[in-house]
Amino acid sequence: MDKSHSYNDVVVRQFSIMTVVWGVVGMLVGVIIAAQLMWPELNFDLPWTTFSRLRPLHTNAVIFAFGGSALFAASYYVVQRTCHVRLYADWLAAFTFWGWNLVIVLAAITLPLGLTQGKEYAELIWPIDVLITVVWVAYGVVFFGTLAKRRVKHIYVANWFFAAYIITVAILHVVNSLAIPVTLGLSYPIYAGIVDAMVQWWYGHNAVGFFLTAGFLGIMYYFVPKQAGRPVYSYRLSVVHFWALISTYMWAGPHHLHYTTLPDWAQSVGMVFSLVLLAPSWGGMINGIMTLSGAWDKLRTDPVLKFLIVSLSFYGMSTFEGPMMSIKTVNALSHYTDWTIGHVHSGALGWVAMVTFGCMYALIPRVYGRPGMYSTKAIDLHFWIATIGIVLYVASMWIAGVMQGLMWRAVNSDGTLTFTFIESLKATYPYYAARLMGGVLFLSGALIMAWNVWKTVATSERQVTQPVMDPAGGAQHHAT
Amino acid sequence: MDPGLLRGVFTVLMLVLFIGICIWAWSSRQKPTFDAAAQLPLESDDKPPPEPADRS
Repeated sequence: MDKSHSYNDVVVRQFSIMTVVWGVVGMLVGVIIAAQLMWPELNFDLPWTTFSRLRPLHTNAVIFAFGGSALFAASYYVVQRTCHVRLYADWLAAFTFWGWNLVIVLAAITLPLGLTQGKEYAELIWPIDVLITVVWVAYGVVFFGTLAKRRVKHIYVANWFFAAYIITVAILHVVNSLAIPVTLGLSYPIYAGIVDAMVQWWYGHNAVGFFLTAGFLGIMYYFVPKQAGRPVYSYRLSVVHFWALISTYMWAGPHHLHYTTLPDWAQSVGMVFSLVLLAPSWGGMINGIMTLSGAWDKLRTDPVLKFLIVSLSFYGMSTFEGPMMSIKTVNALSHYTDWTIGHVHSGALGWVAMVTFGCMYALIPRVYGRPGMYSTKAIDLHFWIATIGIVLYVASMWIAGVMQGLMWRAVNSDGTLTFTFIESLKATYPYYAARLMGGVLFLSGALIMAWNVWKTVATSERQVTQPVMDPAGGAQHHAT
Repeated sequence: MDPGLLRGVFTVLMLVLFIGICIWAWSSRQKPTFDAAAQLPLESDDKPPPEPADRS
């Protein structure tokens, strides 16, 4: 069989396995730093294992290694299936796999060594930034090259979301990482002061909006209909959802800089756009969940669908919470407290990780030529352990955050502060314990998944090739 | 033109654009295209691999 008549699932398989591997690694580092907050001695008094160095390792590992690998795998899988063609340029796709993993390995070496740019979620030093850019451009070429040779007229909505995520992340990464190199490990950003802060949070919030939202919505728009066995609830809504979401997210960044030296009008712009974001976010959530209308019974029997639908529920919750926290008066209470950590993890564990697990459980058996995962019971167990873990994590951080905010703002009648900072820290200890427990549960779930994936892969014939499907309705070749 | 007016014009333009996208998306002319597109994820199912031999 000619290669062009089969899908390139080699790169999909590679990225899906690494999704599971990096997921376990990233979550393990998360559990370690959660434990360090309870028992600071766990840094063993070594510079390489201090919280300040392991925390960026955790965020980079879970966002870019775990989440990134999942996005590569899913986008490569989806674009081939919905365009009815093999991936463009096999060698370039292979380059994105090895290049991306090299970036991750370099991050795992440089961050504990303390080599950092000091920008949150953009910590990596400039030589790695250059490598990321090269890999990302290659990703774009592979993805858009595949879209260009598609055999159907329409570009499915999931691919629109993937396309927006690839283009925007390239722009965000390049603009925010612009720096003047001094040595291999040291560079200075070209921006200064509040402009630097604004560029950073324009990047930071759109990393949430495009990497962690648009990209994963692409996954949602393919795998929810696929797993439910019915088309998306409203395709029209998905089109409006797409345009509204991408044009609104761009402006929400300033809510990270409330009550700073950022001009007041810019803070208000950020707040207003964050509030507006509720509409497209919930439009998308409703569209995903309502895809199940008329087939709700499937939720009882299909744990993969449970992952996908619960992820959408958490997406809805965190996209309600986010706009609320962006209101300046609410932000005055929540900012710099653990409420923010709770909010982030409601999105990261509840939405991003859960939709990834659901997607991987659907995708891995398909690319390994298996009728399903090795153990359905293990998927169900993973689902419940992960869900309980998230609830523990998020609820404890909510309570801790509100408590911290109230303690820090409490003043005596003579105008002095009622509590010292250390008192608020002491009061947070029980919640740190609950959070650690939540994290351990969530990591345990990921380990169950790793075992299940191992068993599924071990029982498959390794070299499965799927022939490219002909488009339904015959020759719908697009006109170019 | 003073910046205030410019911002106002821009806001109205954006609103019109948004309403335009909604009207376009809900127009009956798009329905057959969208219906066909919505089927795209359901067309292929590659669980147990199909016989590779029956393709020329």
